Amino acid sequence: MARQISVFLENKTGRLSHVTRVLGEAGINIRALSIADTSDFGILRVIVNDPNRAYTVLRESGFTVSETEVIAVQVPDSPGGLATVLEQMTAENLNIEYLYAFLGTTEDDALVIFKVEDIDRARNIFAEKGIKFLDEKTLYQL
Amino acid sequence: MIYWDKEKECMPREELEKLQLRRLKETVFRVYAFVPAYKHKMDQAGVKPHDINCLEDIKYLPFTTKQDLRDNYPFNLFAVPMSEVVRIQSSSGTTGKPTVGGYTKRDINEVWAEVMARSLVCAGASRNSVVHVSYGYGLFTGGLGAHYGAEKIGASVIPASGGNTKRQIMLMQDYGSTHLACTPSYSLFMYEVAQEMGIKPSDLKLRAGIFGAEPCSENMRRDIENKWKIDAFDIYGLTEIIGPGVAIECACKNGMHLAEDHFIAETIDPLSLEVLEPGNQGELVITTITKEAMPLIRYRTRDLTTLEKDRCECGRTHMRMQKVLGRSDDMIIIRGVNVFPSMVESVLLNIPGVEPHYLLIVDRRGTLDELEVQVEVSERLFSDEVKKLEGLGALIRKELESALGIAVKVRLVEPRSIERSEGKAKRVIDKRKF
Repeated sequence: MARQISVFLENKTGRLSHVTRVLGEAGINIRALSIADTSDFGILRVIVNDPNRAYTVLRESGFTVSETEVIAVQVPDSPGGLATVLEQMTAENLNIEYLYAFLGTTEDDALVIFKVEDIDRARNIFAEKGIKFLDEKTLYQL
Repeated sequence: MIYWDKEKECMPREELEKLQLRRLKETVFRVYAFVPAYKHKMDQAGVKPHDINCLEDIKYLPFTTKQDLRDNYPFNLFAVPMSEVVRIQSSSGTTGKPTVGGYTKRDINEVWAEVMARSLVCAGASRNSVVHVSYGYGLFTGGLGAHYGAEKIGASVIPASGGNTKRQIMLMQDYGSTHLACTPSYSLFMYEVAQEMGIKPSDLKLRAGIFGAEPCSENMRRDIENKWKIDAFDIYGLTEIIGPGVAIECACKNGMHLAEDHFIAETIDPLSLEVLEPGNQGELVITTITKEAMPLIRYRTRDLTTLEKDRCECGRTHMRMQKVLGRSDDMIIIRGVNVFPSMVESVLLNIPGVEPHYLLIVDRRGTLDELEVQVEVSERLFSDEVKKLEGLGALIRKELESALGIAVKVRLVEPRSIERSEGKAKRVIDKRKF
């Protein structure tokens, strides 16, 4: 389980640098990020070491921000590791909205952030299938 | 107190029309004698002052247009010597020279302050109220007009003028402002700032607002009322006529009572110039019948509205004009279709979560006009999923297209990226070169 901070960005020069500067000046470290972009706007999604503070400082700087629950899945850091996890999810008909890679790793695993349609169901399925995922605290401390 | 001047505001129509005729005749005699431009126009039209014998005869008088104001800039339409003129106001002419308004002492005290006093009382203000005026003070008529009216009823006036919004909100809280006078768009900006400051409507004593100087759709009014938890009253006026106070909404909120003892209103078909029966939408034409310094005869306001003569439950007998749909200047013609910013506003405010901050950008690509509507994405609308945001854009586009009847491009923009105005909001950028 993890909290992701999502930020609305217009497609204009300097918007992304502004967000990252705001976070940087607040002493917040970005641990994972992805940008979904269309021709008009983008959505920045970040995992940071202090989501509460990130949420507050970004709002104060006038950004449209939201918090989303995502799962940080530990995927074996070897060929086919992600494929196996995805196949297991497909078998259970678990829809993925989007996913992106985390910058850090645990000892043997790569980390992938998943946003799924039904997070509670995903958690149960992961537990059943033995797919590991990180708890919030560990994730922010990585 | 419900009325400021019950005798005048609730005058039986028959009596009111007698008063109007007397005052109209006086005005026509005066402008014919003292303003060469009017004499010239009337002579050309073959009408003399003594031809006006009943109110319907007004139709024989020539119209006065914005062009006449320009031709007689600055003071050639004044009907009194400059020694009698105590004030000049003017509005920001978007093209070329400003529009001038001249006032004698009586024009200010007995006409302008009077109709503004009525307006404020109509909106529930009294000598016990604290009236916070955030209209700009200066050449613009909004600030001083509200100011004199509020002083006239004996309210405590806070002449805040525009700007420094945080400070204004602090003052509203500290001084216990009960009534706010400003443009509708600025009231919404103030709300955003108040929220940022952590000040809730319940922290203030604000009860009502008098909002004017720009068109305000019914949805926008509701939005202001819901956010600020106040009663919002629409007020109408224009510099060349007198300033704000020409017409004011009453508690029935079913159109604005036009001060008919000071002004005669007609609506005309802007193309054929034919006078319309009440109930039909047309261009508002106003004749001032009490103003001394700069009387205007059948002035074409270019504002589109409908006049209603039926009785209002508030007891006022003066006819009501419906909200101004738009000044014909604000109207943009896109691929031959007339579009008013207020129509866009109505559509946007019917979509939950959409804020009334928007901008219309018109451009021409090749030979085709394109309309882009920029809409700010509030936190309520935002989603971390592209498909949801795109769905929102598509929904707004569909609603706009069905209301306007033309293709629209919707662009979602960041909150506050559309410029906030302390005066009249800028709603349209027309990049077309004709």
